[in-house]
Amino acid sequence: MGDGKITQTILVVGGGISGLTAALEAAEAGHEVIIVEKNPYLGGKVTQLYQYFPKLCPPNCGLEINFKRIRSNPRIRFFTMAQLAGVSGSPGDFEVQIKISPRYVNERCTCCGECAKVCETEIPNPFNFGLDKIKAAYLPHEFAFPMRYVIDPSIVGTEEGKRVAEACSYGAIDLGMKEETLTLKAGTIIWAAGWEPYEASKIEYYGFGVYPNVINNIMMERLASPVGPTGGKILRPSDKKEAKRVAFVQCAGSRDENHLAYCSSICCLASLKQANYLMETSPEAAATIFFIDIRAMDRLEDFYTMIKANDRIRFIKSKIAMITEDEATHDLLVEGENTQTGEQVRERFDLVVLATGMAPNKVPEWLLPYVGLDEYGFVINNGSNKGVFGAGCVRRPSDVATSVQDSTAAALKAIQTIVRR
Amino acid sequence: MSKKVGVYICKGCGIGDSLDIEKLAGLPEEEYSIDTVKIHEAFCTKEGVDLIKDDIANGVNAVVIAACSPRVNYDVFDFGVDKIVERVNLREQVAWSHAPKDEDTQMLAEDNLRMGIVKANASEPPVPFKAEEDYSGKLLVVGGGLAGMTAALEAAKAGYEVILVEKEAKLGGFLNKCKQRVTFPYKELTPTGIEDMAAEVSANPNIKVYTSAKVDEISGGPCLFNLKISQNGTQITEKVGSIIQATGWVPYDAKKLPHLGYGRFKDVVTNVEFEEMAKEGKIRRPSDGGEVKTALFIQCAGSRDPEHLPYCSSVCCLVSLKQATYLKEQDPEAVSYILYKDMRTIAQAEDFYRKAQRDGNIFIRGSVEAVGDEGGKLYVAGYDELLGEKIKIEGIDLVVLAVGMVPASKPEAVPKIKAPEGAPGADSEGMIEVAADSGFFANRTLNLLYRQGPELPTLRYGFPDSHFICFPYETRRTGIYTAGCIRRPMESYQAEEDAVGAAMKAIQCIELTMRGMAVHPRAGDMSYPEFFMQRCTQCKRCTEECPFGAINEDEKANPLPQPTRCRRCGVCMGACPERIISFKNYSVPMIGDMIKAIHVPEEDEGKPRVVALICENDAYPALDMAGIKRMSWSPYIRFIPVRCLGSVNLVWIADSLSRGIDGIILLGCRHGDDYQCHFIKGSELANVRLSKVAETLQRLALESDRVRYVEIGIADYHKLPGILDDFMKVIENVGPNPYKGW
Repeated sequence: MGDGKITQTILVVGGGISGLTAALEAAEAGHEVIIVEKNPYLGGKVTQLYQYFPKLCPPNCGLEINFKRIRSNPRIRFFTMAQLAGVSGSPGDFEVQIKISPRYVNERCTCCGECAKVCETEIPNPFNFGLDKIKAAYLPHEFAFPMRYVIDPSIVGTEEGKRVAEACSYGAIDLGMKEETLTLKAGTIIWAAGWEPYEASKIEYYGFGVYPNVINNIMMERLASPVGPTGGKILRPSDKKEAKRVAFVQCAGSRDENHLAYCSSICCLASLKQANYLMETSPEAAATIFFIDIRAMDRLEDFYTMIKANDRIRFIKSKIAMITEDEATHDLLVEGENTQTGEQVRERFDLVVLATGMAPNKVPEWLLPYVGLDEYGFVINNGSNKGVFGAGCVRRPSDVATSVQDSTAAALKAIQTIVRR
Repeated sequence: MSKKVGVYICKGCGIGDSLDIEKLAGLPEEEYSIDTVKIHEAFCTKEGVDLIKDDIANGVNAVVIAACSPRVNYDVFDFGVDKIVERVNLREQVAWSHAPKDEDTQMLAEDNLRMGIVKANASEPPVPFKAEEDYSGKLLVVGGGLAGMTAALEAAKAGYEVILVEKEAKLGGFLNKCKQRVTFPYKELTPTGIEDMAAEVSANPNIKVYTSAKVDEISGGPCLFNLKISQNGTQITEKVGSIIQATGWVPYDAKKLPHLGYGRFKDVVTNVEFEEMAKEGKIRRPSDGGEVKTALFIQCAGSRDPEHLPYCSSVCCLVSLKQATYLKEQDPEAVSYILYKDMRTIAQAEDFYRKAQRDGNIFIRGSVEAVGDEGGKLYVAGYDELLGEKIKIEGIDLVVLAVGMVPASKPEAVPKIKAPEGAPGADSEGMIEVAADSGFFANRTLNLLYRQGPELPTLRYGFPDSHFICFPYETRRTGIYTAGCIRRPMESYQAEEDAVGAAMKAIQCIELTMRGMAVHPRAGDMSYPEFFMQRCTQCKRCTEECPFGAINEDEKANPLPQPTRCRRCGVCMGACPERIISFKNYSVPMIGDMIKAIHVPEEDEGKPRVVALICENDAYPALDMAGIKRMSWSPYIRFIPVRCLGSVNLVWIADSLSRGIDGIILLGCRHGDDYQCHFIKGSELANVRLSKVAETLQRLALESDRVRYVEIGIADYHKLPGILDDFMKVIENVGPNPYKGW
């Protein structure tokens, strides 16, 4: 450890529920923490969820508490639109490079919204996975923390960009911002970079990306949100008609050695929850869940029991073999074998939700000397870590409670690295 | 402290266009004789902040900033802990949500400013609590199994001293009984490693181990927990800062499963008995010691069964795969059938399921109808879902029941108490079953000397787990955390991870308490409730209603507050009929004065007034979001954020009504089974208390419609304008409060 001095700062990569938790748990125990988050806001994937299972409660409720914890804790600093770009050194004495993308909006932004009023260009809304459009001068979402606008690069260097900048009376828009790289010291690093839904277009026979009405489960969260792109109506992307007959195809990629050999842990409960969203939209709506095993662990079984009791939700044990589209209607034909009856299933649906699994965000090559990965790219915390620890879904596919639990554990592992003994 | 208040009114973000700022700026001096009043285009800019800082340099110590919501610019307007900063929301909840240059909007802003000034005047900077006793920074871990030992080792590695109490003579817990483990990366069976771990714990100088020991008594609170531990007939005293309960689980009692053959046939064993047999050396038929050529594992034996354990025990699938592997290793010719409902091997554990399939084990998805014997062997009759037909598997040497996990704290029998007179559901002896969640009925482990019971309150099924998804380590007893299978059924790999996190929380509790700060969810808060005991009437409401059991009682029913156990929610303050409980910066008179600061127009002006007491964690941000979305609602409502609706004292309602306020609405979090209240019972208590307001209203000859409680989640902001406007319609219908002008 160089001259024997241990840098006391904990660097947390990722400001989703796992990173936030790791950062807060460490900071509340008295440690200095820096969070690096690639989005323009903190909160990660859970900000896009409509409800959590099994309580069917809004993620923003817990996030607000976490943001409040950040507000009241001077030991936490964070960078948004930032990524870890390089690491050197050793446990207790890391030098890290943090690359910050230009937001084109500085800390003078009051969130008044005047820039958006004069902005005409619209871009696909990244928060809603492009299911709707948003102005190129935008607040990422109404709950964004920090509450600060973003200017999309598409209007930078244009006349419109200038007009947008001039509309700001606080001098908050700086179109000359450039990408910058900061070099900081850290004693230990928590890698909480999260996950992405498995790229469902790789499962060619399901038609994701080809048939507009085949969506993945995280898009379904935005459709269900009353403040989402469809105002909470489950509308088919093809014709914006309300979806009444919806299929949920479980293990879309997961438990499949051609795709993700592991089980993604959360997709069963996610689909049960989403079937419940659908039930609330219309008394005629009906859901069919095609599954291999329903994996509702521990007390989550109660949620499964509750959903099973709804006679508008059918469960069919089947690994779906093929999805095709009726070109005229954009309805979908879902085919497979019902392994309980031995019969062929061939059913028509308005919308198909692929319960796509969790793929961990990739750990960069240059971080690998400090942390090991399993064959699937998940981070291993096993005592051979060299000052870098995984937290949350980078370690294994997990639900929110498990991710939080794991991140709390990661915080202690990090503290052990820097503690003066 | 002697106050010098400065008022700073921001014109930015449309506030200046919406309001007559000059007029507003005259209010502090006219009504409160405050001569330091500044206006700025944007106080959040450096120039704006410097203006405030200059005044602070000249003696201002209470800063009222009338601008944006306190949820933004919190860092910009931080002037140190010794300064009072009160944020008056003129942006999200006034300028962005109400008609500009309108008389009603102006009146709203004026009332908000008045309330802010009154609040700043009534606030004192909190002084962190410090008990006179010495504080302990040690951890107590109860239970020396995998989870308990992991917690102890991990805390020790971070430099903390640990006391570990184990009831058995030997450390190791359940894994002592196990032959091998299946754990990450789930490819092959691995040694349990439990003996090495026990040796490591015993050798660690930071860990003091008491085996064959139990905790007789715990009193005090975080950093002040005094313990009595008994070991071999002697009693030892210790002091710790925080506690981890890792007392594990017991297998579900297979005697309750005679339909699966247990107790009827010697060759029907539980998975625990199978494990012990494997560890001892050889898997045999208990009946005759004969070879086991064919075994059948019945999954969910008791679990996922409403008659037994309605929940899934999480580990039994993986355990049966492990045990089938033992048999395969003992005799490659042996066959294992696994009869299951759903195979639950989540995450990377799926790899072990694949291995078990490759090994040639036979998996049958279905259900059991009967277990019997025929010619010295067992058979299992049932239904095969995949074949869609009845099956009978014969010639089985050993049936293994995959029994589930019951938390060690769960009492054998459903607890009963003497039923109140005429209560429905009482048995012939006048006893009635009660929910086992109070901590009074759990099997004794901690023996807390707490007014609200000796053990951790539990959730459904007896697990003292967190109710919160976002905060899975929360319990209802401050500084006491749970780890491993006491919390919920989990496999050994998860129990280890879980214990590391629990150790983190226990350490954090010590660190915060040492600094006089609250733990979650108001982590860092240095205010705490102070009791003016001379006026206490020993009514016990505070001791009974505290959601965290923070207040003990003496023999005369005087409350004995334990500030290090306190979460600072203010539920006691809301409960107290004598109003003797106050925080330095939050009190009954403070909110009462804010209500009194609201100007109530005369009846003939046709401008009703409603007070909304709202949860600062959920309803307040929801209101902000409605403002950000430029939604609009009645300008006649005055919002007062509270720490928790549980801190609402009914006197505020009486205060409001007697001042001519026309209606009161409480906006709080969902309660019931899936409650969202961060303080467990706050919103529920508010609702219960409110139901008792009807009497007060009757006494004042007022309509009960004037008071309403509404549940609102943080994400429901789009519903807020509707909820508020609906209530205003009701108020218009009942007409003006006759007490106006009194």
